[in-house]
Amino acid sequence: MLNLVIEPLQYGFMQRSLVVAVVVGVLCAVVGSYLLVRRLALLGDAISHSLLPGLAIAFVLGINLYVGAFIAGVISALLIGWIHTRSTIKEDAAMGIVFSAFFSLGITLITLIQKDNKIDLNHFLFGNILGVTLTEVRDVVLIAIVVLVTIVLLYKELLFFCFDTLGAQAAGLPIQAFNTGLMILVALTVVASMKTVGVILVLALLITPAATAYLLVPRFHQVMGLAAAIGAFSSVCGMYLSYYLNLPSGPAIVMVASVIFALAFLCNPDSGIFSRLTRRHSTPNQQS
Amino acid sequence: MSEQRSNESRVAQLPILTVRNLSVRYRSLLALDSINLSIQPGQLIGVFGPNGAGKSTLIKAMLGLVPLESGSVCYQNQPLTQQLDRVAYIPQRSQIDWTFPATAWDVVMMGRVRKSGYFNRFSATSRRLAMEALERVGIADLRNRRIGQLSGGQQQRVFLARALAQEADLFFLDEPFVGVDQKTEDVLFSCFRELVGQGKTVMVVNHDLGESITQFDRLLLLNRQLIAEGTHQHVLTPETMAKAYGGHVSFFTGRVA
Repeated sequence: MLNLVIEPLQYGFMQRSLVVAVVVGVLCAVVGSYLLVRRLALLGDAISHSLLPGLAIAFVLGINLYVGAFIAGVISALLIGWIHTRSTIKEDAAMGIVFSAFFSLGITLITLIQKDNKIDLNHFLFGNILGVTLTEVRDVVLIAIVVLVTIVLLYKELLFFCFDTLGAQAAGLPIQAFNTGLMILVALTVVASMKTVGVILVLALLITPAATAYLLVPRFHQVMGLAAAIGAFSSVCGMYLSYYLNLPSGPAIVMVASVIFALAFLCNPDSGIFSRLTRRHSTPNQQS
Repeated sequence: MSEQRSNESRVAQLPILTVRNLSVRYRSLLALDSINLSIQPGQLIGVFGPNGAGKSTLIKAMLGLVPLESGSVCYQNQPLTQQLDRVAYIPQRSQIDWTFPATAWDVVMMGRVRKSGYFNRFSATSRRLAMEALERVGIADLRNRRIGQLSGGQQQRVFLARALAQEADLFFLDEPFVGVDQKTEDVLFSCFRELVGQGKTVMVVNHDLGESITQFDRLLLLNRQLIAEGTHQHVLTPETMAKAYGGHVSFFTGRVA
């Protein structure tokens, strides 16, 4: 049994992949908790799809791909906000317009340049965690530290802001700055997750562990903590499944997280389907 | 009764809160039209008017939560929006996501965020004030419940406790009596009395023209413009009410204590 755990660790690429997967699992779960309670799941999806043109342009210009992707993500979020506030178009429609435009631009650009360069569209769409380099591990860990430290330092303000935005504004908190700041944290998180699961599946790492924890514990910091644990556990399980069963890593991680969500959804004591069924059965029995 | 008399004598004081020429426009709609107000400290003020009269907008505009078309709001001769640490605001219950993962305690502690300052943990004083506030509104034993599991009245009392914990001088409440039980209504009014007795200002948006209207020291009757303001005798006349509500409307006419 122990051998099964240790065997993959003798490979350098598995060590690096596991570190990145766990860090990304924790980071996404914590940031995703904010998206969950702010009902901004779609924003996470929109920003992640919008990274592609930034990647392509950064590649052509020879600058750090992460920086290019981050800039594209922030620009897309700003555009969404701008369209939403400057017209009567609702936020979800604005997201749909912006992210599909960025996504198609990104696919076009990458297809154009991948002909004569060694850059693979699929690696960005679905991740390529086994090919992660030491520099990339360092970048991901740095991003995670910046994001998590920011969240810890501003925890009580962000909680107030998320729960009661008007109340927080009336108390004099700079809610516009919080809004922008949260969006930047999401963009950083999505950029850091790109290698692990790719831009299409990153939404699952953001939302699924947070939603699972939300079903199980009553307070926000508990949601974050449990979500982080679920995220890390999903990452590790997914990586081992992918190693032994030769599955693609990103989808394996997402499937594990989804199974954990399904268990929590069906079995949790408050709203779980199974517990509701047993309750319905037991009530008449008690009466008779 | 003596409390009310002492409030009467305070009317002579200088206004502490002044609203000048306040207008708010939502796209093409003029939601508030040149409101002028002077408010003395130590009063419980009720803001009345029909639906869409701009009652909530008035409070939001005073606190800078909506953009102003024109006007200014000063507290002790300084812009109120620069002194929001002296303000406690309770939004309408419908504005809040009650499925949010937070306990009653978490919500009351939000009242201490501003006083604690950035990067600081909550102090022992903050926790003591939050506990006292919860006890004052009678839900200290429910503090570890998730807010979604509380009744409407209990949820409103959580917000009242949050406002009390803020140690503010100005209290703004938007429709606090909607969907609450009698017990909560009594707790709200007794807390208002206590705050007003300490010389604080409490402004409450309300639309119930029933007997509870006699609890307020001063009434503002609003329908985009300020139709009338002052004592009950002054505001609750058939003429002003018809002007505000556009037709016949029944309201409490019993003798005001």
